[in-house]
This record gives sequence, structure tokens and C-alpha cells, in this order.
Amino acid sequence: MAQPLVKKDDDHDDELEYSPFMGIEKGAVLQEARVFNDAQVDPRRCSQVITKLLYLLNQGESFTKVEATEVFFSVTKLFQSKDTGLRRMVYLIIKELSPSSDEVIIVTSSLMKDMNSKIDMYRANAIRVLCRIIDGTLLTQIERYLKQAIVDKNPVVSSAALVSGLHLLKTNPEIVKRWSNEVQEGIQSRSALVQFHALALLHQIRQNDRLAVSKLVGSLTRGSVRSPLAQCLLIRYTSQVIRDMANHGQSGERPFYEFLESCLRHKAEMVILEAARAITELDGVTSRELTPAITVLQLFLSSPRPVLRFAAVRTLNKVAMTHPMAVTNCNIDMESLISDQNRSIATLAITTLLKTGNESSVERLMKQITNFMSDIADEFKIVVVEAIRSLCVKFPLKYRSLMTFLSNILREEGGFEYKRAIVDSIVTIIRDIPDAKESGLLHLCEFIEDCEFTYLSTQILHFLGIEGPNTSDPSKYIRYIYNRVHLENATVRAAAVSTLAKFGFMVESLKPRITVLLKRCIYDSDDEVRDRATLFLSVLGGDGTVDNDRETKDFLFGSLEVPLVNLETSLKNYVSYPFFSFLVLISFLGHQLSYILILQEPSEEAFDVNSVSKEVKSQPLAEKKAQGKKPTGLGAPPAAPASGFDGYERLLSSIPEFAAFGKLFKSSAPVELTEAETEYAVNVVKHIFDSHVVFQYNCTNTIPEQLLERVNVIVDASEAEDFNEVTSKALNSLPYDTPAQAFVVFEKPAGVPAVGKFSNTLTFVVKEVDPSTGEAEDDGVEDEYQLEDLEVVAGDYMVKVGVSNFRNAWEGMDEEDERVDEYGLGQRDSLGEAVNAVIDLLGMQTCEGTETIPSNARSHTCLLSGVYIGNVKVLVRAQFGMDSSKDIAMKLTVRAEDVSVAEAIHEIVASG
Amino acid sequence: MELPPKVKNMLLLDSEGKRVAVKYYSDDWPTNSSKEAFEKAVFTKTQKTSARAEVEVTALENNIIVYKFAQDLHFFVTGGEEENELILDSVLQGLFDAVTLLLRGNVDKREALDNLDLIFLCFDEIIDNGIVLETDATVIAGKVGIDSTDPNAPLSEQTISQALATAREHLTRSLLK
Repeated sequence: MAQPLVKKDDDHDDELEYSPFMGIEKGAVLQEARVFNDAQVDPRRCSQVITKLLYLLNQGESFTKVEATEVFFSVTKLFQSKDTGLRRMVYLIIKELSPSSDEVIIVTSSLMKDMNSKIDMYRANAIRVLCRIIDGTLLTQIERYLKQAIVDKNPVVSSAALVSGLHLLKTNPEIVKRWSNEVQEGIQSRSALVQFHALALLHQIRQNDRLAVSKLVGSLTRGSVRSPLAQCLLIRYTSQVIRDMANHGQSGERPFYEFLESCLRHKAEMVILEAARAITELDGVTSRELTPAITVLQLFLSSPRPVLRFAAVRTLNKVAMTHPMAVTNCNIDMESLISDQNRSIATLAITTLLKTGNESSVERLMKQITNFMSDIADEFKIVVVEAIRSLCVKFPLKYRSLMTFLSNILREEGGFEYKRAIVDSIVTIIRDIPDAKESGLLHLCEFIEDCEFTYLSTQILHFLGIEGPNTSDPSKYIRYIYNRVHLENATVRAAAVSTLAKFGFMVESLKPRITVLLKRCIYDSDDEVRDRATLFLSVLGGDGTVDNDRETKDFLFGSLEVPLVNLETSLKNYVSYPFFSFLVLISFLGHQLSYILILQEPSEEAFDVNSVSKEVKSQPLAEKKAQGKKPTGLGAPPAAPASGFDGYERLLSSIPEFAAFGKLFKSSAPVELTEAETEYAVNVVKHIFDSHVVFQYNCTNTIPEQLLERVNVIVDASEAEDFNEVTSKALNSLPYDTPAQAFVVFEKPAGVPAVGKFSNTLTFVVKEVDPSTGEAEDDGVEDEYQLEDLEVVAGDYMVKVGVSNFRNAWEGMDEEDERVDEYGLGQRDSLGEAVNAVIDLLGMQTCEGTETIPSNARSHTCLLSGVYIGNVKVLVRAQFGMDSSKDIAMKLTVRAEDVSVAEAIHEIVASG
Repeated sequence: MELPPKVKNMLLLDSEGKRVAVKYYSDDWPTNSSKEAFEKAVFTKTQKTSARAEVEVTALENNIIVYKFAQDLHFFVTGGEEENELILDSVLQGLFDAVTLLLRGNVDKREALDNLDLIFLCFDEIIDNGIVLETDATVIAGKVGIDSTDPNAPLSEQTISQALATAREHLTRSLLK
């Protein structure tokens, strides 16, 4: 033993260390492999050597090309041996070595001989090996044998041929497609697995022929498929057919539902699960269709087998996202799973319960979760925290117990990702629920007292600086923030200094005390901290005139006016200018950027930040799509593209012509003006100002061979009497796949919710682009493209603003100003459809989770809140009822701070 | 579209997470180091659980993994996120029972390494390139446990029932220990 020391340590588990492969080495085994070349083959010895080779490959060892070839050639000699055990090993090693096509020739004849052998095992394995290594030309030679093998009376041989067919279909589809008849015969086989493999292959062969697949499914669902695996496959094909039919507008009774439902009574659990899952995933599944599937899954929940419980709870968890009411029946079984040994099951059960729970069960649930949280891994905890965040948004009244829970777990041990999820959740709750702000901020303050993550500390400090000064008693946060200056690393200290300054500026009474604190920071050991302190001291020491105040505010809270990327490029260009040498200092203060240039030589022209382009560089399509991700609680990066209200506001204020319009009131969601997959994709965002409306046309050129120039939108406003076109801003150039914006501005009477219809035409100059060089030709052709009409509706003048307690807000409004009326909404498919139509029409925020409607409900009350143009708060209570003929009636009660607005809401509904 | 159920890999690890035998059928792990990283993640995630009496299940990196432990051997079967757990379960059960039969009830690392050729053949008979080939343990063991001298013997009923009996006997003995 070369390592006596190690040996000593391992003395106690001597037996564990034993391995027939101990000390095995590639070189030595390759030497041993020469035994394959012996005239008299020793099957036992050779098998052992092959096992060793396989072992090496399995452990991740790789052979060089030469080594592999050498082994392959000597292995082929072993075909002379009649020993079946050895032959099996030979098959195995050939598959592992995956020889190149010129080497394959050597074994084809041996393998073809085995394919026609009397021994079933040889036939089956030779087929599998051969099909794995051959190419198209050889395949045509053995095609005849393969077709024969498919209908072989031995199921093992037949399965081998069918499975090989499945693999070959990817490389040689035209050949495999000729085997249809034989495969069809396989489906009738008595062997369960042959049936399964034949069905898989037949479907794969016909998959592009929708009608054939539908026929296949139709005939098999009536017949009896014996094998559970084949039955599962059939269920998958059936759901595919159902989907295709729905896509092609064949409405009416859902076909094949009965078949899926009958599979719920199959004796094999895998089939039951497959069918239940298929049903829950049907498009627009009704609660009646769901019920039987939920029932079987509920039974699985109490199974002794973890796999069954997991499968069931996983499926129900998905159902709970779309049909929470359907899952509530399982809540009792689900609650008992919280203590399940298997933590994956327990976590899924909890998140399902959080989705389906009602307001009254929240507290009890939180208690159970608290016990559970201590003994699961971080990754599960994050899932739970995220579920709690959405629960809090759903039931704002329960924020207190949820916030307590979050602050408790925030204090416990945990990794960065977990802590970040909690902090994000608290931030989200503070933003959405004004009542939760003070307690939430204090929890965050306590957290940074003992926070090991610099990133989280700085983010929280930044957030405190924005939210803290607006609370009832801002002074109580100062202690926490100033403590950071004493106790933390430079990054956190610098962030704390910025936050202090924000308090000092916003809260006049605190200013003298903050100034004292900041003065202490100018002796900090870190220069960034000192610089910030000095900078803010001079800002705070200003003379306090209005103009100065405004500048300071912009300085402290304003976001960076130019995209960071543009600034970086401009600065780079500037410093590379040969006549000067510079030292450029840039420091980031939250979103704010200050720049100091120290010129070593007198410069004729100092760098001017105003010269940086404010145009947001558009992003490639792919990236834009990826942005559909959930928003994070903490501030999005400043260079984020212009979407969302903040983004729009920034984008619009960067255009000088629009600066005079005042504050942006509302931006609508993008409205598509073109069909999907047309040459030019255009959607429009309506920006509402007090006396202006700006249409932002987001245009994308989807033709690689074209460059569009001078892109403009011509708007005909003849059907919108109150609007007058003021100006428009054309796009200079629109290259392939880079979205960009054109703007058209209309004037309208101030504060009036004017409505109207606009027709749009896209005009531009087309230039051909050479795809190989990417260069455009000089000459272009003028062209135009008709877009769909655009409407400004009353809902555009309504901003979604939630209230945390609808009842309080409702009672706080004057009952005198209430306006009630009833409306008939005609026949609808479901109550939910009618409710959503009204919500969309009014453009208001739903409150207290009243947007979810049980799918079988016959009546529903929806609570809405919003702010109408002119900053008038509006609350709406809409009661819906449906009669047996699906006629829907609605009673609409509106309370607003201004009676005329309440009447206007009724007008919207009456005219919608 | 891949509609037939697919198995992404089958792993047989020891009680320290080291490979005994593994087989990958998916391109999700192109290099040996990515495979090892996956094995380590699976092993760490499951090692504290008890999957001795019943097959256990977990989710990892958009995969569903079913697993079962016996002595110092850990068996895993991995499938995609959308896969039917019970199909994976039947594959794992087939693998586990076949190995039990082939090792005559002595399911431990030492025995497995001593009969590694049988384990490799066993893997080969259960899954072909990701497609389920066979899940019945007796059939699998029958196809693998070929008597070198008599090629057609193993498929006969008697050998299998004999093997089963021995396995059962071994099991009872280890339980009584």
C-alpha cells in the first residue's frame, strides 16, 4: 500500500473499500485487451476485460481515437466465440465505442448473421446494435430483415426492431415510413410492450398527418389497448388531437373526453394519473370536466406511496393556479401532507394551500408553516416565501400576520437567495399596501442591523431613503441608518450616507441633525464615503430657495436622464479624443450619477452630459420577449428599457417636444395594430396627459432584406372630433428586427375624457438590403402599409389604483354621491367572461381578490377602485347575476369624489 | 415533439455518491463533469431521506427523479419535468427488482461491483436510448442472466422462480439479522 496514512484512517470500513476494480488503470486494461486476439478465445477472461473497459468508460474515462479503433477491431474477433454471455458483452461494448462509418463495415456481416440467427436473444440484440451504428445506405440493405423482425413471433425481437425504428426515424424517415403495414400489425400484438412500441412508432410516422393521427386515436380509443404504457401514450395522443381540433375551430361537445374519463377507472395507476393530468390540462376545462379527475387525485393524496402523493399534489398545485375553487375539496388531505416526510411533497402541499386558501384560513395556515419552515432546505423556503407574497397581494387585510411571519423568518438563518426573496416580498407588500409601510420598514431596519449581505443592505438603505422620509415619524429610522456608518464596510457606509442625505433634504426638522451626522462622515477612511458626505453637506447647506430646492431634489431622487450605455459610449469617445488627457471620475449614488472631470490640460470643450443621446437603444426581439418575467421587488436597474409606467415616463420626458405636456397621467397597455407574423409589426401605446394624448407606435421590421427609412404614421382623426394633431415625430431608420418608436401627438380639451376613433397608415421608404453584406442600397421606394384602427376610450382615462380596505374606503365616501343603475349584459358563456369584460371596459383595479370567480358561480360581486382623470377617486361595486338561459344582469353602484365622474362611469358602461 | 415517455438517465451510486454504474440518454449533460455535478446534486439532495421501504421522488433542475436505496446502493431514474412519475417509478422498480434477482438478494455495492457485467446488461435491457424497453423484473433478469452454456435456458419459468425464491430467502434472512 502506497499510502499507509490513508489506510489507517480507513481501517474501520475496510470492507467498503473493497472493489474488484481497485487501482484499475486504462493503459493496463488496454494491454489486457490483447487477449481478444488470442487464437483460442477464453470467453470468461474476455468478458472480464470487456467489463473492465465498460467500467472505465462508465467512470468518465475516454479513449483516444486510436485506442478506440484498436479495441473495436480486436473485439470484432470475438464473434467467432459461440459463448452467449460473451456475445452479449461484445454487443454492449460495440454500442459504447460507437465506431465510425468506415469501421462499421467490419461488423455488419457478423451482426447481419446474428440478425438471422435461431437464437432470439441474438436476433434482438444484433438489431439494436446494428441500427445504432449504421448509416442510410447500409439501412436499405437490411431493411428487409427489419420489416421481418417487426412481425417476428418473439416479442423481444419485435420490440427491438420497433424501438430501433423509432430512433432511425430521426435520421432516415423516408425508409422507416415504408414499414407502416408491419408496424400496424404490431399494434395488434398480444405482447404489451410490442403494442406500446408499435403505437409509438406508428404515431411518429404519421405525426404530420393530422387526419391520420385523429383516425388512429379514434379507432384505438374504442378498441382495447392492453398495455398500461401504450394506454398512457394513447392518452397523450388523444390530448394532442383534442388540442388540434380546438385550434381548427371545430367546436361543440369536446370529443374524446369520455375516453379520458373512462381511463380514470383503469386498473393501472399510471394510466389514471396520465388521464387525470390530461383532463386538467385541457384548454378551457370546465369544472364539470375537472371534478372526476380531481376526485381520483384526491385519493392518491392519501396513498402510502410517496410517488403517488407527489404526482397528485404536483398536478393539483398546477390546477390551483387556474381553478383554485376546484381544488378546495382536497384541502383537508392537503393539510395533512404539510407534515409529509418527503419535503418536496410538503412544499407543494403548502403552496397549493396558499393558492386555494380563503381569507379566514390564512392565520391557521401560517401557524402550520412556521413549524415546517425550520426543517426544510432554502430552495423550498423560497417557493413558500413567493407563495406568501402573492397571498398577501390577494388578501391585503391579512398583511399583519403575513408580515409578522416574513419578519420572523428574516431573522432566522438562511442563504442569500432566500433572504433576498424575503426582502423582495416585504418590499412588494410595502408598495402595494400603504398600511403595511411603517411596520415593514422597521422590520427591514432591524434586518440590516445584522445583515451579512452587502447587496441586500445597500438595496434596503436605498429603499429606506425613498420611503422613510414620507412616514409619520422619519426620525426613528435615523438611528438604524447611522449605525451602518459605524459598523459596516465601505459600500454599505456610502449607501447609508446617501440615505441620510435624503432624509435631511426631505424632512426639514431633521436637517440640522443630519448635517451633524454627515459632518462626522467626512473623516471616514474610505474616499467614496468622504466624497459623498462632502457632496451632500454642500447640497444640504444650500440657501433653500425654491429653484435650488428643485435642483437638489432632482439630484437626490431623480433618475439618470440618459441610458447608461449611451453615456458610457460618449465618455469613451470623449476620452479617446487625442488632444486631451483626462481623469474621469464617476460615482453612482443610487440611480443618480454625478460626474467630475478633472482636466489635466486646459480643454476647449468640457464633456457635456447633455450631448449624450437620450434615445433608448432598442433591444433585439429575443431579449424583449424574455422580459415577461416577474417583477422583482427592489428597484429595477435604471437602464431598463422603456416599458411600464416609469419607463414610459422616462422615455417621454427625454423627448424635448413632450416636456411641456406636464405629468403623464396614464399609459395604456400596448394595442396590436397588425396581425401576428406580418411584414411590419406595429403596436401602439396611448399616453394620456392633461390636455394632450401621445400615441407611441412601436414598430418592428421583420424582413431581413429590407431597411425602412423615414417611417411615419399618418393618422386620420376625422372620427375623433375633440382631437387636433399637434405634431409627429418620425423614425429616421428602422433596420431588421430592432424595434423603434414613432410618435404622434394630439391636443384635446384639458381634463376632459374625450373619446374617438383614429385610422392609421404607416408610410416609409423601403431600401433593399444585401443579406450577405448587410448594406442597404442607396435608392429606396416609397410605400405605405395600412394599420388597424385605434380607439381612445373612456377607460383610458382611468388609472388602476388599489385600496387596502375596500369597505373603509367605500364608507368614507359620501353616500349622497352614489349612483346606482342596472344593466343587462345579454347572453354570455360564463359569468367570468362578463365580469372580465366590465373590468376591461372600466380599466379599474379589482380589490380583495374579487377578480377570481368560481367557474360554476351564478352570482358574483366585484369590487373595483381607480382614479379618474382630474385625480378623482372612484369606487365601484358591481353585482352580477346569471339566469338559467345564461343571460347576465349587473347592478352597478358607483361612488366618486365628484358626482359628475360617477355619472361618467355609468355612461361608459351604458355606451360599452 | 417527443411524446413517448423518455428516461433521461439511470444512476446507481454508492453511499458516498460515487458511481457504480450510470447511463445517460439525454443531451442535457454533455460532458462528464456536468454529469458528475448532476450526480452530486442528486445525491446531496436525497441522501438524508429514507427511500428504503418505498420509492421516493423529488424534483431537481426541471427534472423528476425517483429513487430507492438498498444497503449502500442508491438507485435513481430521471425523467423530464412533464413526465409521468409512475412510469419512471415502474422503470425504477424494474431496475431495482431485476438487480435484486441478479445479485440473488445481496443488493450491496460489493456484490454489484463483482457482477458489474450483469448490471450493465440490465441497464441495456431496460432502456434503449431513452425509450422504455421492458419493466418486468423477471423478464429483464431472465434476458440478462444468460447461462453461457445453454442460450435458450434463461427464459424458462423455472430458473426465474428459483431465483425469486433465493432472493426472497436472502431478504428474510437480512431482515431477521
